Amino acid sequence: MSAPGPARNRAPAPPAPIDPAARPALPRGVRVRWDAVRQGWVLLAPERALRLDQIGVAILERADGARSFADIVADLAAAYDAPPERIAADAGRFLSALAARRMIELRP
Amino acid sequence: MTAPDPQTAPRQAPEAPPPPIAMLAELTHRCPLSCPYCSNPLELTARSAELSAEEWADAFRQAAALGVLQLHLSGGEPASRRDLEQIVAAAVEAELYTNLITSGVGLTPRRLEALDEIGLDHVQLSLQGVEAGPADQIGGYRGGFARKMEVAREIARIGFPLTINAVMHRRNLDRLEETIELALRLGARRLEVACVQFHGWAMRSRAALLPTREQALRARDVVAEARERLRGVMVIDFVPPDYYAEFPKACMGGWGSTGLNVAPDGRVLPCHAAETIPGLSFDNLRRRPLAEIWLRSEAFAAFRGFDWMEEPCASCERKTRDFGGCRCQAQAMTGRASATDPTCSRSPDRAALDAALREAAEAGAEAPLVPRAPAPG
Repeated sequence: MSAPGPARNRAPAPPAPIDPAARPALPRGVRVRWDAVRQGWVLLAPERALRLDQIGVAILERADGARSFADIVADLAAAYDAPPERIAADAGRFLSALAARRMIELRP
Repeated sequence: MTAPDPQTAPRQAPEAPPPPIAMLAELTHRCPLSCPYCSNPLELTARSAELSAEEWADAFRQAAALGVLQLHLSGGEPASRRDLEQIVAAAVEAELYTNLITSGVGLTPRRLEALDEIGLDHVQLSLQGVEAGPADQIGGYRGGFARKMEVAREIARIGFPLTINAVMHRRNLDRLEETIELALRLGARRLEVACVQFHGWAMRSRAALLPTREQALRARDVVAEARERLRGVMVIDFVPPDYYAEFPKACMGGWGSTGLNVAPDGRVLPCHAAETIPGLSFDNLRRRPLAEIWLRSEAFAAFRGFDWMEEPCASCERKTRDFGGCRCQAQAMTGRASATDPTCSRSPDRAALDAALREAAEAGAEAPLVPRAPAPG
């Protein structure tokens, strides 16, 4: 799902590793919202609307600019009873793709 | 509980379209600029026919209930409406992601601060050129560029996320690198490199505005290099000059499938140029609920899905990807809106496109531009 507008012809960014100490945060103008019509969570950003799955929502609700990426991974691993390496790889890919599109900030 | 009466129950289309994601609200056709590539219709709406702020508020509530997430407030110049603040407040109230598409003219620091307090999400600022001389010449508004630079500084100071929409054509495409640098300097998070699309008013200056093939190829390379270099800094979207493309653009992501456009007087259009297609009739928000228009309006049904297609589109494997291209472009160049977009290499009407390219080549770089005529009072 994506808003109409200019051609969506960006090449996908290769996943860049995320510094464990970086603190992800949604920048101004990017927000998560419940979409009552489609019954799902969406990420709204300039000219973009992305459908989020449950994991995406779980990652983004922890991206509060206070918690580090390492904290978020540990928290998710505990909450979902999953191996931290796998969570780090998945969440890292998700967040760096959003960072390449300027839909997330990685604060030092 | 009773069974619905088949005589009076509303008839549902066999395959109901998914809810729209975005709505473009043309608040007014009034504009201080007179760009020769203006995308507003040939016949502009008079101020007296414009929807009131209350009518827009109702439209926004209906849009949100229908599933619209993104609202683009456009024009004309939306800041030409004195009640813009009231309109933005209604959009925020409806919980729409609200984007203001503006030339910057008419936005004072005080108005921007008010819009910040109201909760405007994002600003898209148009750019006609990288320096005052040529930019103001294209926009037809002396001092417009300087004003725009002040507005951009104010936007950055307030902290609005900013998209720069740079409209590119033959006369400024060679300055694409400077355009990218200027957008960066203004603090843009996104840059749209939007090459002029030709229908409506822009057709009158096509020979002067159509880039050369060399320019088109170079622009593609410059964009590719800048995207790589600026990854994570500034997102660049590119609308290439499609006359040089192999396949047409997937206009609107398919007719009547993701977005809708509301004209200043409340008419609801599948795209902002749909009025260039003769024979389509448009419903008006003042007389029919938005949901009903989306689901049943004749204009939306006209090119939805694939049944309307002619060959070679009808049997083409790409039809689910590009939907036959742009209906308005097909209309403008072939006289038939259901034809394959002539920018497609498989179109039987390539002669129309080749003639346009020849005409532009012969016209030379100094061919005259036809400035946009203003909206009636």
